[in-house]
Amino acid sequence: MKAGKLMIATFALLGLSLSAASAATTLEAIKAKGHVQCGVTTGLAGFSAPDDKGAYQGIDADVCYAVAAAVFGDRSKTKFTPLTAKERFTALASGEIDILSRNTTHTLTRDSSLGINFTYYNYIDGQGFMVKKDLGVKSVKELSGAKICIQAGTTTELNLADYFRTNSMKFQPVVYDTSIQTREGFDKGACDVLTSDKSQLAALRTELKDPKGSIILPETISKEPLGPVVRQGDDQWFNIVKWVLYGVINADELGVSSKNVVAMKNSKNPNIRRLIGVEGEMGRKLGLSNDWLFNVIKQVGNYDEIYQRNIAPLGLIRKGSVNALWTKGGVLYAPPVR
Amino acid sequence: MLGPKKMSGPHKTPNPHNIPWHRNPDIRGYIAQGLLAALIAWGLYVIYGNTVTNMEARGIPIGFGFLNEVAPFGVAFSPFIDFTLGESTYLTIFFIGIQNTIIVSILGIIAATFLGFVIGIMRLSPNWFVSKFASLYIEIFRNIPILLLIMFWNFAVFLPSLPLPRQSLGGDGFFLNKRGVYLPKPMVENSGAFIAFLVAVVAGILVIWGLRRYAKRQQEQTGKSFSGLLAGLGVLMVLVGLSALIFGSPFIFDTPTLGRFNLTGGIEIPLPLFSLWFALTTYTAAFIAENVRGGISAVSKGQWEAASALGLSRTHLLRFVIIPQAMRVIVPPSISQFLNLTKNSSLATAIAYEDIVAMWAGTALNQTGQALIIIAMTVLVYEILSLTTSLILNIYNKRIQLVER
Repeated sequence: MKAGKLMIATFALLGLSLSAASAATTLEAIKAKGHVQCGVTTGLAGFSAPDDKGAYQGIDADVCYAVAAAVFGDRSKTKFTPLTAKERFTALASGEIDILSRNTTHTLTRDSSLGINFTYYNYIDGQGFMVKKDLGVKSVKELSGAKICIQAGTTTELNLADYFRTNSMKFQPVVYDTSIQTREGFDKGACDVLTSDKSQLAALRTELKDPKGSIILPETISKEPLGPVVRQGDDQWFNIVKWVLYGVINADELGVSSKNVVAMKNSKNPNIRRLIGVEGEMGRKLGLSNDWLFNVIKQVGNYDEIYQRNIAPLGLIRKGSVNALWTKGGVLYAPPVR
Repeated sequence: MLGPKKMSGPHKTPNPHNIPWHRNPDIRGYIAQGLLAALIAWGLYVIYGNTVTNMEARGIPIGFGFLNEVAPFGVAFSPFIDFTLGESTYLTIFFIGIQNTIIVSILGIIAATFLGFVIGIMRLSPNWFVSKFASLYIEIFRNIPILLLIMFWNFAVFLPSLPLPRQSLGGDGFFLNKRGVYLPKPMVENSGAFIAFLVAVVAGILVIWGLRRYAKRQQEQTGKSFSGLLAGLGVLMVLVGLSALIFGSPFIFDTPTLGRFNLTGGIEIPLPLFSLWFALTTYTAAFIAENVRGGISAVSKGQWEAASALGLSRTHLLRFVIIPQAMRVIVPPSISQFLNLTKNSSLATAIAYEDIVAMWAGTALNQTGQALIIIAMTVLVYEILSLTTSLILNIYNKRIQLVER
């Protein structure tokens, strides 16, 4: 019965290895391996796409750089894992990545059934529709009977079904795996309409063969609060990612930017002094050094700088939009650093 | 207690009465195997329990409850299973996925077999041009990864070359455009005419059967051959025509018409299905052609020479002498090609065909988060499909094997 004993030992080991996986905290594990592993898109301009040097750029990629700057004081200690919409949650829940920063919408089902936690929002979006100009469509209400290109595994799929059902309209989904295939399908005429978050539509439109031949319809049919996501079960890491995001929004509100952050060390405003770690023990409370946000602002910038660098080039203006600060008519509102 | 007599297998021990049961090698064998089976079962149970506990600890609940939840997304292609947005459940999505995988697999297997045979026989043709063309075909398609081929046909050939719905090619109810192939759909108008039509068809089939038997006997007796099938088909046409003349047309045709965006009505074969089918067919046919060539080459040269000496034409030579013997070599490797085709159809998601992987292991998995159950169910479906395919073909293979006397 030697074989039997061997099997018992094997299974016992397997059982142990399965349960011992989450012993160390995420922060300790990240410090040990020396970088933050970040899940991003397979390429979406403005959010996360490699530039001509192969470095990821975008508002989602900047979340990763900011977290690396907060943890290591060095934004370059970031590694990226490109993921399709379908793969993203499994990659996060299985521990393959530390942060999922991939224009992901916060919903109840995702919160409760995927073992993940949404931190806060770095872009507030809504679903829209793009059509070829020569169809002469002016409103979403005219789209009954259309074939609609869409990316698999998104909330967009659900909003689309809800909207057409509510308005008793018919549609045929043409469901692709990646954002690039979806664009390709629309560009080559596999469908009449492409639907996605409006910011994505703006980005995809610039990549069409003839961007001027397509228009984005005025309606917005859903709420899509997008933000970074972490695994459930590690509150310290959850707090770090959440407060890095709150930090860059607070910096925007207090007027601290990458250009003036060094000079701001002499500021008399206690809010600013706490923010950049000249006063108080804010960083320590999260398990980081006190200059965590100083490094983030110095190396990545405040929210407005991040927005202007990545989203504004898509033609989406921040002023007067929902993504403006609460003090300027928008909804971005970060709790105070104190 | 189990008596040793009861358990005695092929290895009979010389004097069973003197040996206690626990030293009987047969019984010991059964006990060892039983223990091993129990250990494996226990091991699987531990893995399952451990996984479920760990996932629940991470806030990922597992259960089959979601199968009865309403599926909150749309389905474009489901010819045989009804899908109603807002009423159909995830279970329906599962069945639609299986249905669509089966559809493309069956279409692909039929077309690939046919095309593979043609190319394989062409490859052996004495005509230099024909045989080189077949070699070129095989070398091109066999050496391209199937995913690339699927994307190539869909994104590089069909989508750019076909027109938009408003400029559809074709007419009289048959249309071809970027969105797919559209055909008129026959619908039963009055049941009397339809029954007459069915009777005419059945009668026609009986006539074909009778004529073929007659033709065979005629050939055996006189040596003269004529095609019972062709003559029978003629009779069938006449019968169907007569029934339509007397009782009226059995069908009305629902022809596709241009709507605001697309053609509606009729039968729609969406372009993703068409592209996938085309890619799987052209790819698998290259492998089947090689099997066919191998099978034919395996028939000994003497058979060719003997048949030629009898004065058989090349067609008759292939049909009556060579192919029946070659089939014994062709069928077994072709079974694995059919299984490959079925499994390759899971690449459908790249071009938006709604097979089980795209819809069930893709969209449904993502919207419910039930990765473990959904993947297990998908694996089971492929297992069952593959085992069924090989079962059917193994029965066929048994029938054509060399009958030894």
